[in-house]
Formats: sequence, structure tokens, C-alpha cells
Amino acid sequence: MNIQNMILTLQKHWSEQGCILMQAYDTEKGAGTMSPYTFLRAIGPEPWNVAYVEPSRRPADGRYGENPNRLYQHHQFQVIMKPSPDNIQELYLDSLKALGIDPLEHDIRFVEDNWENPSLGCAGLGWEVWLDGMEITQFTYFQQVGGLECKPVSVEITYGIERLASYIQDKENVFDLEWTDGFTVRDIFLQPEFEHSKYTFETSDQEMLFNLFNIYEKEAHRQMDEGLVHPAYDYVLKCSHTFNLLDARGAISVTERTGYIARCRNLARKVAKTFYEEREKLGFPILKDKEEGSHE
Amino acid sequence: MNKKDLLLEIGLEEMPARFVTNSMNQLSDKVKSWLLEKKISFDEISAFSSPRRLAVLVTGVDTAQEDINEEAKGPAKKIALTDNGEWSKAAVGFSRGQGASVEDIFFKEINGVEYAHVSKFIKGKETAALLPELQQIVTSLSFPKNMRWANQELRFIRPIKWLMALFGNEVIPFAITNVHTSNLTRGHRFLGEEIVINNPSDYEKALLAQYVITNPQERKSAILSQLEKIEEEKDWVIPVDEDLLEEVNNLVEYPTALYGQFEEEYLELPEEVLITSMKEHQRYFPVKSKEGRLLPYFVTVRNGSHEHLEKVAKGNEKVLRARLSDAAFFYREDQKTEIAASLEKLKNIVYHEEIGTLAEKVDRVRQLASKLSENLHFSDEAKAVTDRAAEISKFDLVSHMVYEFPELQGFMGEKYALQKGEKEAVARAINEHYMPRNAEDKTPASNAGAVLSIAEKLDTIVSSFAIGIIPSGSQDPYALRRQATGVIQTLLAKNWDLKLEELIALSSETVLNSKIGKKSKSELMQELVSFFKLRIKYLLQEKTVRYDLIEAVLGSEIGSVPSLVKRAEVLESHKDAAGFKESIEALSRVINIASKAEVKGDIDSSLFENDYEKSLFNKYLSVNEELRKEVAEEAAFNLLISLKPEIDQYFEHTMVMDENQEIRSNRLHQMANLADVIKKFANMNEIIVK
Repeated sequence: MNIQNMILTLQKHWSEQGCILMQAYDTEKGAGTMSPYTFLRAIGPEPWNVAYVEPSRRPADGRYGENPNRLYQHHQFQVIMKPSPDNIQELYLDSLKALGIDPLEHDIRFVEDNWENPSLGCAGLGWEVWLDGMEITQFTYFQQVGGLECKPVSVEITYGIERLASYIQDKENVFDLEWTDGFTVRDIFLQPEFEHSKYTFETSDQEMLFNLFNIYEKEAHRQMDEGLVHPAYDYVLKCSHTFNLLDARGAISVTERTGYIARCRNLARKVAKTFYEEREKLGFPILKDKEEGSHE
Repeated sequence: MNKKDLLLEIGLEEMPARFVTNSMNQLSDKVKSWLLEKKISFDEISAFSSPRRLAVLVTGVDTAQEDINEEAKGPAKKIALTDNGEWSKAAVGFSRGQGASVEDIFFKEINGVEYAHVSKFIKGKETAALLPELQQIVTSLSFPKNMRWANQELRFIRPIKWLMALFGNEVIPFAITNVHTSNLTRGHRFLGEEIVINNPSDYEKALLAQYVITNPQERKSAILSQLEKIEEEKDWVIPVDEDLLEEVNNLVEYPTALYGQFEEEYLELPEEVLITSMKEHQRYFPVKSKEGRLLPYFVTVRNGSHEHLEKVAKGNEKVLRARLSDAAFFYREDQKTEIAASLEKLKNIVYHEEIGTLAEKVDRVRQLASKLSENLHFSDEAKAVTDRAAEISKFDLVSHMVYEFPELQGFMGEKYALQKGEKEAVARAINEHYMPRNAEDKTPASNAGAVLSIAEKLDTIVSSFAIGIIPSGSQDPYALRRQATGVIQTLLAKNWDLKLEELIALSSETVLNSKIGKKSKSELMQELVSFFKLRIKYLLQEKTVRYDLIEAVLGSEIGSVPSLVKRAEVLESHKDAAGFKESIEALSRVINIASKAEVKGDIDSSLFENDYEKSLFNKYLSVNEELRKEVAEEAAFNLLISLKPEIDQYFEHTMVMDENQEIRSNRLHQMANLADVIKKFANMNEIIVK
């Protein structure tokens, strides 16, 4: 099964479970979790079921397209369900079956793996899912996001698309993976991998990036003070990506690093709080709709 | 008496393997103490667990609580009856309080006094009526990490999926979160089905038919015998790491061991790298030849049956191959980096925000190690080895390999240092300076390794204390206790007569000179000395030295750790000997009276008034001279108790607190000087003699 069909299969499966199919969010980010469709929507009492593919940028993992397992940008298929359904493990296993993975022919296990990102005030408990010894999915029950307790709890399922595809297509090198008929990952991503790696490690303008960080940070705070969560959050994401670029370049000294992480953390906590307050002002509209719906 | 079997099973989403066994034991302990508390008799209790279930089966549970027949004791007879022989208010109140009336009162003598009593009979309740209380037992289970899910308030190890609770063939009704009890359980996630259990005693068998081995011991034996079978078939040796076996056992409900292989070329990687890749990351058992050589195979335990094993093996091989090819890449890359370049990078790595960089830590450790090798009179060559090892002790921390496999710190340092032409002793010390790595690990064998290990651990402890990271209760995130024990064990193993207070002082000075924390040296020293004393106390307790003897040797300064431990052992070995009590009493008497001396001073023999003062003085001089010759602890003890006759004679004929001030203070000086000599061995007055 090529990657395109894998994505279509997963979309169909989760759409049938009542998930809204979203598109990737258009701001750079390091993981699907940082999309506002996850980070913000996991906050507060409103229900939320969504699935989307998220291209995720990890500047420090860039390898000029030379390493068979590491990428500057990989793809995650992200599912969020809130509140977490009682049969979520079964729903997940059904998705594997839809991808042609018969649990009876393999060894599938749920191995403890907890997720913590203190810089975003996030914590969750769950597993990595092993398929014949390979980690193919992160499965997490969010307990805290942006320093706020999650009530109800969301469950997050993150498939590593390239990982899973390398198993399904039995390929050793990520660039040999077939995206669709006649197109491999190499065809589509090799050049950007090389260029982004070169940019990250060699040609980026550090002074500009430092300036941008400050500008983005200031704008994020200013928009939060206006109660405009989403514009503010875009700038939070930009801060985070800019920091990652600088960090991968080795441009941030020891003492500065702590300071930058603290600044990102403050932003994340503030934006989480602002989002909650703004939704509250609106009367948690999705919650209300749902309740009205159930009365009929 | 009617009996039934009781079965309780909590079905869960996969629990963390490391918590399964303890959680299972906790559940069965709680059920057991509940039954005892409720006075419900039973025959036997057994516990079961798998990644998805915790269960307890109790056989022969009485269908009712024991009846209670007891006598309640009330007021004394003279209070229960008024002067004219009528029942007093106290008696009426007592009997009413017991649900009886005054007619039920009888008298019974206790220690010669008659008291009012009434007989009470409480009929035991039906067990079935009490069993819904199991609900609280389940919700009261505590786990090291808890979570919430969906809309539930309960914090639990993982979401509860089903609850099976049976008393005989009846379901015990209760619910937790939105899950209600039933007689249904679930088999293996893929191979089994949901089934009804009609009788608690069917539990194990019924689930086995659904591909779940519920008894963890049986599951473990199954894994072991499968490993043995592979060993026999392939002529291999599969060394079994107990911790790995325990973890693997709690990752599967129905184990099937299988093997796979990897390319021979990867055997060129250091053995530790291969083993760590297999064990830590993949939970595989490495395979060796009968001669102990690592072979290009691995064994894994699948959660499933024998079907499609080749497919599972092939998948696992692919994963391991990717990991090993990564490792091989890191290994090659690391060899391109010079040690000096790695040391440069340490300047950019924060060890702790308030403590500074790794490079700064290495620098402090190096200073401390150099002072230690000076104090231990190392040869110039040994000093040079220690210093170089200290300087490059952390260079491997910035290697790709240690970044990927943090548990290989030190091992990789040794390997890489050798490859880069460092002396063997230097390379070895880099590895050894992390020892003892855990409670079971050995202490460093080489002198350079031992000095470095002590210096590194001391620096960690002292700098942490300096910024207020001090272990308390169950809180010891930096494992400072284990490191302190490591320092003590290393000093003991090397039999190094270094004064611990001096070591702590040296380390404190380097730490404070680096401007870490805001404490004064004396405050820091005080906290550290009592921290180390407590570690030594635990060590002596483990050696089963009696409590008061430990207090006695720890009474004053710690000094040399090997000597302190030997003194404790000498006391322990003599404590039941004839004359021990009398000798200790004599020595304690000196210490006790010496505490009255306000100032210390020399003894003026011209002020002696009797021969006993003189003979004790002479004895003191000769004993003291012998003790200065660094005699063994056993000999020192014998010298001290040889003072006994002179001490006894002295006290029999001498009044220390003489009216004449000059004589009195001279006598106190004599006592104080003698007490000092005794206390160097132990505060004998702390020893309990009866």
C-alpha cells in the first residue's frame, strides 16, 4: 500500500468514527500535537473529534537526505478524540486492520510510554504501540495541557506515517517509499530535505532569527492581551520553530537556552489560559450544541 | 458452616509492565486484610495478573461473618451499686450502652476487683451483603503513576474495561466509573473471546482456553522452558537477566519465544552496544555460544501463539537491523571526533542550571581528585593517570552513541579512549568512575577509578546540597543516597584511611569557590556530615551491628570509614563476652565525669594525692603510646579495656570533685584526657549494658 492510500484509508476509518477530517495547519510546527486542532482544542470541556495529517518539522533531525531513517520533515497522522471513547484501543486496532495489518499474523503490543513536555506544560500517559518490535504509534491520554488539567480527557493517537509505511512496503530507506504510483518520497522530498538541512545548519541568518523570535514573541503577547487567541497562537508556533532553528544551529548558548525555553513555556501557558477564557465567554458553544442536540 | 469461592478480576487497558506485580500483590493483600477485619474465614487466597488484568481468587470463604460472643466490661462493683444495693446510674448507663438492661449484669473479678459485665452476642452478617465493599478496595488501590480518562474523576493505573466479581456463582453487584460487575471476562486481545465464568475455581482453566496464562509464575516458567528448548535446539546459551524476564513476562498474556538474526558485520560493534540495543530498546534476549561469545541472533517473546512466527521474526529483524545500522553509523562518526573537541563541547552543556556546565563539573572533580591522590601518596605516575582520567572523564557524554544509549556512559568512554591512544589505566578509570552503578554493582578496582568515583560522587552530592537539593523521605530524584553509599563502599573496599570530614570539606571548598549556592561552609558541612552519618548507620544496620553500638561509634566525628566500621564490628563481636559490661561501665564512668570539666588542660602529676591517681596516669600514658602506633581496632579495644582495673581502683579511692579547686580541676583534666582517648574509639557511654 502506498502512502497516499494509507492516508486515504486512515482518513476513511476515522471519519467513520465521527472525526472531523481537517487539513494540515499552515504554520510550521515540530509535531501534530502543536497544531491548534490539538493543543488548543484539548483544553476545556467541549467535545472534539478530529483527524488530520501533519507535516512536522524537526530542524535538528535534518540529515541532507543522506540518512535512511531521519528527516527534517516527516508526516504524522494525528487523531484526537475528546472525551476519550471507551473502545478507543479497538478503534485503533481496526485502523491497523484497514491498513492490511492482521493482528493474528503479527505481534502487537501496548508498551508503556508517557509523554511530557514541560516547556508547554503538557503531560500525558499512554503507550507506544509495537508492531513486531517496531514503534508505529504514540497513544496518549492527555492529563494536562498548557498547565491546565484536562477535563474531560482527550486521547491522542499519532501514527508515524513513514515508519508505518516502511513496514508495510518493506523498505529499508525512507526515500524509497512509494508515495503514489510512480512517485517516491525521494522524488518529492529529497531536494527540500537537502536544502532545509543546508539552511538549518549552514546558511540561516542567525541575527535575523533572533530578531524574529523577539518580534513574534511580542506580537503573541499583544494579541493575547486583545483576547485574540488564534493569531496569538500562530506567533507562539513561529517562536517555537524559530527557537528550533537556532538551537539546531548551535546558536543558543547554555545560559540563553534556559531563558528561551522559559519564554516559550510562558507563551504556551498564557495562550492556553486565554483560549479557555475566550471559550468560556462564548459559553463553550460546542458543548451547548451537543447538549441541545441530545435533548431532541 | 457454608463455604463458597470468591473471585475478583479488574480488566484494564495495558498496564505499565513495571507496576503489574506490585499492583497484583497489593490487591490480594487488601482483600485478605478486609476478610480478616470482617471476620470472614477463608481457606486460601491466590493472586493473578497479566498486562490486562489484576485478579484474586479466595477459596472456602464462609457465607457469613463469625458470630461474636464477648463480655463487655463496665464500672467496678462499688460504683455499679449504690450504698443501699440498688443499681447506680453508671450501671444503668453501661448496660443500656451495650444494648442490654441491668438484669443482664453479672460481676467478674479482675486483679482482685469486681467489675460489672454483660454478655454480648452479635450475629455475623451474610458475606454476600458485605462483598459490595470490594468496590472501595479496588478504588483504594494506589499506583506510582495514576491517570484519568474520558469524563471520569477516578485516578487509576489505566482505564478500567471490565469488572468480574463472583461469590460462588452469584455476581457481586457494584460499579466503578461506568463499568458494572458481571460474570464476564475477556481472553487474549487477538486470540481469545469474551467468556462467562460460572465458578470462581474455573478461572485459570477457562482463561487458558482463551490464550491467557493468568498465573504470572506459570507464565514465567513457560518462557524459561521455551528459552531452554531454543538453547537445546540451536546449541546456544541464552543468559537470562531477571529484570528483563520480569518485564517481558508482564508484557504478554500468552508467551511464545522465537529467534531472529542480524548481519554478522554488526558483531564488530562493542558488545555493550549490541546488548543494550537488544535488551533496553527491544526487550530481546541476546544469544551467546557455549564459549560465551556473542552470536548474531536474538530471542524475543511474542504475545501470541506459534502461528506466523516467521513473519513476526522477520519484522523484528528489520527493526533491529535499523537500530544496529544507526549504532554502526554513530560508532563510525564518533571515531572521527578528537577528545579535545569533545571536551570543548562540554562547555556548552548545562549539568544543572544552578550548578553550571559539565565542563565546570569536570574541573571541580579534577581538583578534588588531585588532592585525594596527594593525600593517598600516589606515585607520580598514578597521579598523572588519575589526573588525565579526571580531565577526560566525561568526554564520551557528547558522543552520538551515548546520546542514543545514555546507559553506555563510561563504557563508551573506555572504548573510545583506548582507540584514541589513551593509557589503559586512564581508559579503565573513565569507565570505573561511574561504579558502583547500582546497589548490586562492584566498586572500582583500580586506584585511579576509585579516586575518580569518590570525587565525582562527592561533587554531585555537595553541589546538590549547596543549592538545596537534599533527599527527604521518598524524595531523592538525583539518587544522592545511592551515591553517598557508593562513596562509603569504595572507601571500605579500598581500605583507605581518609577522613570523611576532610573529603567533604575539600569538596565543599571547590563547590563554594565556584559560587554554587548561598550556604556558608559550616552550614553545608553540617548538613553533609549528618547525611553521611545516616548512610553509615544504615550500612552498619545491614551488617546487623546492634543499634546502641552504632550510636557509640558515630557519636563523635566519622573520620576514617574503614576504621569506624571495624570499631563497630569489634564492639559487636565483644558485646556478649564476659567482662564486657564491667569494662564498658568503667570507661563510661570516665566519659561521664569528664563532661563536668569546663576547660581542658594538662595533668600535673605533682598534684596527685594518692597512688591510684598515679597508677592510672601511668597506665594512661602507656596505653596512649601504644594507640598512637596505629594498632588494629581489635588491639585498640583491648588496650582500652586494659584500663579497667586502674579506673576502678581510682574511683574507689579518689573523689574527683574535691573541695580544693586546684586538685579538683587537675583530676577533671585527667578524666578529660582519658575520655578523649576512649572517645576516639567510641562514645562508650552510649552503649547499653544491663
